[in-house]
Amino acid sequence: MRRALWVLAVLLSHWRRHKMQFATLLIGLIAATALWSGVQAINQQARNAYDRAAATFGGVRTAMLVAPDAATFSQELFVKLRRAGWPVSPMLEGRIQVNGRSVRLLGVEPVTMPAEIGNAPRLGASDLGSFVAPPGQTLVARETLNDLQEPEGAAPPISSGAKLPPLRVLPQLVPNVLVVDIGMAQRLLNKPDQVSRLLIGKPKGKPAPLASIVGEQLQRVEPNAETELERLTDSFHLNLSAFGLLSFFVGLFIVNSAVGLAFEQRLPMLRTLRACGASARLVNTVLVVELVALALVAGLIGLVCGYFIAAALLPDVAASLRGLYGAQIPGQLTLQPEWWLAGIGISIAGAMVAAATSLIKAIRMPVLATAQPHAWQQRQRRWLILQSAAACMVFVVALLLLQYGQSLIAGFGVLAALMLGAALILPAFLEIILLVGQRCAKGPLSLWFWADSRQQLSGLSLALMALLLALAVNVGVSTMVETFSRTFIGWLNGRLAADVYISASDNAQGVTIRNWLKERSDVQAILSGGRAETQVQGQPVELLGLPDHALYRERWPLLETAPRAWTQLVPGNAAFISEQLSRRLNVRVGDVIEVPAPGGTWELDIVGIYADYGNPKGQLAVNVAALIRHFPQTPQTRIGLIVAKQNIPGLIAALQKQFALDDRSVADQATVKAESIRIFNRTFAVTSALNAFTLGVAGIALLTSLLTLANSRLPQLAPLWAIGITRPRLAAIELTKTLSVALFTSLLAVPLGLLVAWCLIAIVNVKAFGWRLPFHVFPLQLAELVAVALIASLLAALLPTIRLARMQPASLVKVFANER
Amino acid sequence: MLSIRNLSKAFSSAGEPVHVLRGVDLDLRAGERVALTGESGSGKSTLLHLIAGLDAADAGSIRLEETEVTKLSDAGRAGLRRNRIGLVFQQFNLIPSLSVADNLAFQARIAGRQDAAWTKELVERLGLGDLLKRYPEQLSGGQQQRVAIGRALATKPSLLLADEPTGNLDEATAENVLALARDLVARTGCGFLMVTHSLHLAGTLDRHLTLHAGRIA
Repeated sequence: MRRALWVLAVLLSHWRRHKMQFATLLIGLIAATALWSGVQAINQQARNAYDRAAATFGGVRTAMLVAPDAATFSQELFVKLRRAGWPVSPMLEGRIQVNGRSVRLLGVEPVTMPAEIGNAPRLGASDLGSFVAPPGQTLVARETLNDLQEPEGAAPPISSGAKLPPLRVLPQLVPNVLVVDIGMAQRLLNKPDQVSRLLIGKPKGKPAPLASIVGEQLQRVEPNAETELERLTDSFHLNLSAFGLLSFFVGLFIVNSAVGLAFEQRLPMLRTLRACGASARLVNTVLVVELVALALVAGLIGLVCGYFIAAALLPDVAASLRGLYGAQIPGQLTLQPEWWLAGIGISIAGAMVAAATSLIKAIRMPVLATAQPHAWQQRQRRWLILQSAAACMVFVVALLLLQYGQSLIAGFGVLAALMLGAALILPAFLEIILLVGQRCAKGPLSLWFWADSRQQLSGLSLALMALLLALAVNVGVSTMVETFSRTFIGWLNGRLAADVYISASDNAQGVTIRNWLKERSDVQAILSGGRAETQVQGQPVELLGLPDHALYRERWPLLETAPRAWTQLVPGNAAFISEQLSRRLNVRVGDVIEVPAPGGTWELDIVGIYADYGNPKGQLAVNVAALIRHFPQTPQTRIGLIVAKQNIPGLIAALQKQFALDDRSVADQATVKAESIRIFNRTFAVTSALNAFTLGVAGIALLTSLLTLANSRLPQLAPLWAIGITRPRLAAIELTKTLSVALFTSLLAVPLGLLVAWCLIAIVNVKAFGWRLPFHVFPLQLAELVAVALIASLLAALLPTIRLARMQPASLVKVFANER
Repeated sequence: MLSIRNLSKAFSSAGEPVHVLRGVDLDLRAGERVALTGESGSGKSTLLHLIAGLDAADAGSIRLEETEVTKLSDAGRAGLRRNRIGLVFQQFNLIPSLSVADNLAFQARIAGRQDAAWTKELVERLGLGDLLKRYPEQLSGGQQQRVAIGRALATKPSLLLADEPTGNLDEATAENVLALARDLVARTGCGFLMVTHSLHLAGTLDRHLTLHAGRIA
């Protein structure tokens, strides 16, 4: 043991003398762990929220009985089933408005609620009395309490004027949900003796068959292992994970570069250790122990950094998930022990992978291996051919995935293969460019410039690969986001047809508002809409009721249409289908779709396909009158108005005054558009932040490679200094060389990035969201990104260059004295 | 103390075997100081490496005291070097990240055989007292080689092997360093086998052997 400690002390002494190299290694590991763990923390936070939502007093993770048309049913059925021995518990669900905010109201019956269901045990026997007995309680999550701007214990009124029971915080509850006793819910929702569903607990014996008690009035819905929200958000989290993984690998490039050089520099030390009697097994074991110890320390620091990254990004992620999928994610980060353990694990595993080649080399090293500080770089050249061959194979894999892959994972596989192949082939490309430069060179210094750049290439190739990947991802994602942004704004302009939007609190208010509006001369047209929900082929589908108005025919954006599509829509037996639903159901214009409705199946001819960006649900657009005929319970609370621009402010003010509507219930087109664009921008704020992080890490990779190479470059530079080239001039040449290879890499990253953008738009987006965008190239943006990459390279090269320019002649003379 | 019989070793060069040692026989007594010379490529260093267990022989035997070196495992050969052999190289091979004091104590620490009094004596005899806190890169070639000799002798080995220890030193420094090595070898009573190109230095030791065409001439 003491011998091992001595060997460890000797190995560690190397870092004491090479502090920058040590810092490089730690920075690489910390960056890799931090970015990966940060993304995982966000994903974990979101998944915990989905679990909470799913478990809320029997979500989709509980078996339940529902009416076939998904409507409410009489609580008589509940009584019948209980008497027949079924362990069911009733629940009523609806939406109410509190302080102008729409929230979900759940009415539960705590006495019969099965103990294994969701939050039921949290109520506890002692609280049961106060929950049920007047005035009762309204259970609410802390976040919702804050959103409602009410203190705990308050009893705020809802839009109908009725008062909620006093609010009480239940931390485990999902945000945006209020839970009350079912009797109270029936009063608040004005649904006396009605029930939305019956939750099923564990039966003690074998109760009578369901049909024998309630006939076909109820049907059983089995619990889902994965919630609808989880399915919808999978692609979002996969996207985040892909970014995290990319940053992780870029970080490992730094580690690989630092460890590779450190091992090469320590080969004489290892040889001396062996010559002095330390066995190969001992030395190799201590090398692994040293690496694991460093990874452990860096992993812990990385985790702390990851926590802060996640905390910084979480608000934007939460906004994205709320905007895109309606998912409620708490803004405060809570982390599980598994996250810490996984972070440490990934740091150690990453360090081992990054150091694998060096470790294997050390393990296989014959004790008589001569010290060749530059052999590591030289040997890389031999790998060029092998690396290029491997790149070609990876490109073939990308093509096969493109041709035969059907899933989102296959889409990401194409992207990964494309980038891996490009990274592998980069050194060969640069070698060719530099060779051409060398052949074209005239003067001796110019010849040396190109020849030396080629020699330096092997040492820099890993960092340049990292730069290529980071920049390509930046180009790809920026192009995709800009394309999406322009398409989205154009689409929004067409889609927001009305000038003013009103959302009434209920049907009665809707009717009153409509009647009031009809009397006003400043209102040119009243466009009533409506939305209903159903399921088609097991998919949740939203039915959107469109009014028959010329404005829609002129402005509503359609991707494909049948002849006279709008006219066909009016009678009510035709529909437009959203792009994503048409892909999911494989439905085209001319097909017929069957929609289950309360009155029976509704057959709809598909006469058009429209883009519906940002909507996770599939949608069918039908005539609003037909929608209300087939779905009589459709809330008629949405009203659009055509109003002359100058009359909009006055009308909105009058509406607010007359009906006590807040800003959420009445808004003009510009406000709705601005809000949509704000949500859109926040959605991609995370992507932009991760983009910047990745490019930053690539810059650090370049800096660390240049710093570690700086010392081994002296034998190449000292002879030039000796024959009369000044140190500042040498430094300028070195800087130019670094910037040249960075420029060549950046220029190669542009077409690769555009290919990445095409993959994102044509493959990943289509698979993940179901919509395909037109592909655009933005030259100015590309030029900006190349400039940013060059500035990052300049910053990375600056420190080694300044060091060289200020280097004492004695340091250069040493090259000749020691022959290094 | 050291008995070598019929030792052979070949390397492969461009696919062809090159026989470096062709049946070497050599004996060395405890306390005896032997110089080994020969033209470049004659196998001098290879012979030293085989004795130290740094490489494996193709045939023949190397017996150090009671131990048959050729039959030892890698770990066994490492133990032999750690405890019973001291090695000095032409390139010094000091550990650049350790101070002179740590370099001196290094092998003794690995072997678990630290002897403070002996280390102190070594420091005095080698004239390293003022250099203990310095690092190898801050020393001259002669100073570095003195540290290397000190490190090799810190465990009081049975055999000191030196592979052209003065090859990187000027004539005066070389003589000085070798005089110190001879003196310390005499003090410890260990065997000393030195490979050198210098016939002059070879003449200062007890016996002078020449390796020619893979055999002791």
